[in-house]
Amino acid sequence: MQQDDVVEPRVPVKDELKKRTVKGPDGFEFEVDPIHDYYCDARPEVRPGSYLKIVEDLFNWARSESLWILGFGTGCGAIEMRPLMTPRFDAYRYGIQWRPTPRQANLFVISGYLSVKTLKRVIRSYEQMQNPKYVVGLGSCTVNGGMYWDSYNTIKKLDEYLPVDVYVTGCMPRPEALLAGFEELKRIIRAGKGEGANLYAKNFDWYKANQKRVIHDWDMPDYNW
Amino acid sequence: MTRHETISNPETVLPATPIALAPERPAIDLSSGKYLKLWQGPQHPGITGNMSVELTVCGDEVVEGKTHVGYLHRGFEKLMERRSFIQCFPIVCRVCVPEPDFNEYCYAGAIEELAGIEAPIRAQWIRTLILEMGRINSYLMYLGGQAGALGLGVVGQWTTYVRDLMLDRFEELTGARIYHMFILPGGVRDGLPEGFDGRMEETLREIERTMADVDEVMFHNAVFKKRTKGVGVIPPELIDAYGVTGPNARAAGLPNDVRRDQPYLVYPQLSFEPVTATASDMFARSDVRRRDLLMSVDLIRQILADMPREGALMAKLPNVLHWKIPRGETYVRGECSRGEYGYYAVTDGSGFPRRINVRGPSYTHAMALLEHLIPGTNIADVAALMVSLHTYPPEIER
Amino acid sequence: MRTLLENLKERFPLGPITEQRPDLVFVTVERSGLRPLLAHLRDREGFTHLVLLTAVDWIEENLFQLTYLVHDRRRGRDIGLRVLVPRDAAEMETIHDLWPTAATYQRELREMFGIGFPGSPRVDEEFILEGWVDLPPYRRDFDTKAFAEEAFAHRPGRETHDPATHMRERLTAQGRAK
Repeated sequence: MQQDDVVEPRVPVKDELKKRTVKGPDGFEFEVDPIHDYYCDARPEVRPGSYLKIVEDLFNWARSESLWILGFGTGCGAIEMRPLMTPRFDAYRYGIQWRPTPRQANLFVISGYLSVKTLKRVIRSYEQMQNPKYVVGLGSCTVNGGMYWDSYNTIKKLDEYLPVDVYVTGCMPRPEALLAGFEELKRIIRAGKGEGANLYAKNFDWYKANQKRVIHDWDMPDYNW
Repeated sequence: MTRHETISNPETVLPATPIALAPERPAIDLSSGKYLKLWQGPQHPGITGNMSVELTVCGDEVVEGKTHVGYLHRGFEKLMERRSFIQCFPIVCRVCVPEPDFNEYCYAGAIEELAGIEAPIRAQWIRTLILEMGRINSYLMYLGGQAGALGLGVVGQWTTYVRDLMLDRFEELTGARIYHMFILPGGVRDGLPEGFDGRMEETLREIERTMADVDEVMFHNAVFKKRTKGVGVIPPELIDAYGVTGPNARAAGLPNDVRRDQPYLVYPQLSFEPVTATASDMFARSDVRRRDLLMSVDLIRQILADMPREGALMAKLPNVLHWKIPRGETYVRGECSRGEYGYYAVTDGSGFPRRINVRGPSYTHAMALLEHLIPGTNIADVAALMVSLHTYPPEIER
Repeated sequence: MRTLLENLKERFPLGPITEQRPDLVFVTVERSGLRPLLAHLRDREGFTHLVLLTAVDWIEENLFQLTYLVHDRRRGRDIGLRVLVPRDAAEMETIHDLWPTAATYQRELREMFGIGFPGSPRVDEEFILEGWVDLPPYRRDFDTKAFAEEAFAHRPGRETHDPATHMRERLTAQGRAK
C-alpha cells in the first residue's frame, strides 16, 4: 500500500504507535515506525478456485466438514457456545471445534452486538484468519441492531463491515438454532458459495471505507495480515 | 435470630483505617529491553468475556497489569433514558449475560419503590426462587471456568451439563434459556408449571451429585491446590478500599451477605448462614463459591417447601403507556453470585427514567482490584486470578 | 440512622434530607463540605466503602448532581451524598485518596459526562469509548438516536411504533374500524 493513502486519523495517534528510535542490545540505534514496520499490509487477493470442478467440490466438502471457530466471544451470544462444546449439544460431532488463535480458525462467529471498539479487534482478527474463511452473524443485533437499534456504540448491520455467510436470528438464539445455522453454512460451502474471503478482497475498498466511517481512531494498517 | 446480634452493634466504631494505595513502583522503561508488553485479550482464551489486560512482563513475572474495558459497551443507561418504564423492562436483563435476573429484580424493585407499588407475596417467593436458580447457574459457570483456567477441562464439561439442566428448569418456568424477562415491575409473569417441584428436585439432586464429583476432582486435586493456595490473596485492608463485596469479601472472613444484612424479598423467612473462609486466596474463593452453591440448593428446597401456591402474581399497575413516576431517587441492591448488584434510579415525574445507574460487582473487582493483584504473579496465573474474582465484563461497561 | 443524622447536622451544614428507606438516606451537601463529611463518615461513623459514584444530568437547571453512596457493612445502612455542580464548569475534586476505587468511577464520569476530576489517576485516559468525537454520551443533550442514525448503516425495513398510538390503533374498537 502506498504511504500517502493513509487517512489521517481524527483522533491523535497513541504514543506507542508513534515513530521512535530504539536502541538494540548491541548498542545500535534504529528508527521504528510501528504501523508500517510491525505489520504486513499487502492487500488481500482474490483466490480463484481449482481448474477442475470435481477437485473444487472435494475441497469444498473437506472445508465444510472442518469448521474451526475462532474463540472470540464478541458479545452475549458467547454464553451459548459453552453448551455447544459440551456433550449435550456437542458440536464436535459435526467437525466443529473452537480454536484459540485466528491462524487456526476458519469460521468467525460474531456472537451478538458489536461495539465500535470490538469491531476494530474483530476486523483485525478476521484479517488474520486463513483463507477460505466464513462469518456467521449470531443474534438479531447483527442483523439490524436488534435491541440496540438506537445505541450510539453498536453497529447495526454487520454485512457492511464484514462479508457474512449466514445470519442466525434470535435474542438469544438457542444452541439448536446455532447448529442449524452451521448446517446451513455447510450447505453453502458445499455448493461452492462460501466466497466470503474473495468477496472481501474484491470489494476491499468498499469495506474499508465503511469500517473507517465508524472507527474514528484508525491506527492500524489497512490490511494487517 | 442471630442476624442483628452479629451485625448491628451500634457501640462498635471502626478505627480510622489508613487506605493502602497501590505501592509506588519504579518506572518501567520499555526501551531497556528487559520488559515486554503482552496483551491478554480481547481475543484470548485466558480472559473472561470480552475485555483485555495489558501486561508488562519481565521474564515470566508480571510487573504491571492494566485493564481495558469497553468492548461490550452498549450504552444501556442512555437507552433507558429514552424508553418508558415498561419498555426498559425487556432490555435490562441484557446488561449482564450469565446472571440476568438480578437486573430484572433490581430494576423492578427500584421502580416499585419509587412508584409506591408492592409486589404480591407469591410473586416475591417466585422472584427469590428465580434469583437462587440464577445464582446456581452462575456458580456452575464459574467453577467450570476456574477449573479450565488451571487445566482441569473435565470439570467444565460436567458443570456445563448440570447448568443446562437448570436452564431447562428456567425454560419451563419462563420460556427462555438465557434472557428470561420474567420479573417485571409489579410482580412476575407466571406461576410455577405443573410438576415443576419434582423436576426441580431431580435437577438439584443431579447438581449435588456433580458437586460431590467436582469436590473430589477439583478441590482435592494436588495441582489445583498448589496453584491456588496462597496465590492472589486480597489483603484485608483492601476489601473496604476497593469496595469488595460478595464471595470475594466472604473468602476474606467478612460475613457480609446482603441477603442477611439488608434482607429483601422473602430472605428473612429462610434460614441460612453466610459462607465464609479466612485465607482470601484463590482456593478460598473457589471453596466459598462451591459451598454457597450448595447453600442455594438448600434455599431452593426451602422456597419450594414454603411458598404459597395460590394468590396474585401481579400488583395492579397503572396504564403502562402513560405511567408517570413522581420525582425521587433510590438505590436497590441484591446479593448476586459475584457480590452486591445494585440499581440507582432517579425519576423526575415524567414517563421516562431520568437516570438509571447499574452498579455491578465486577466494576470494582475487575478493574482496580485486579490491577492491584496482578503485579508479582506469573503470566500463567493471570487468567486463573481473573476468573477467581468472578467478573463478567458486560456489567462493567453496560 | 436518626442519631447519625442528628450528629451530622451538628457538625456539618447539611442541605435537604430525603429518608428513602429506614436504611437509606440521601443528603444534599455543599461542594466544599463533601470531603470532610466523607472522611468523617469513613473514620468516625463506620461507613466502610463507596458503593457507587455517579452523576445525574439536570439539564433544565443547568446542574450535574453527583451522588456518592457509601455503605456501612456492620450496621447495613447507606447514605447517599448529593453534590450539585454547575454544568458549564463541570469539575469536582477527586476522592481517590479516601477510596482508591473512586478513581474508576471518576474515569467513567470524566468520559461519559465530561466532569473533570483533576488529580485522579489515569482520569484522562480513554475508558470505555474509543475514538469518541461527539458530546459525552450520557449528557442529556446528546441524542443517541440521531447519532446512531447518522453514524451507522441501517438495514431498511425496520419499523418502530410509538407504543401508545400503536396500542390505541390495535386494541380499541375505534382504532380497528379506521
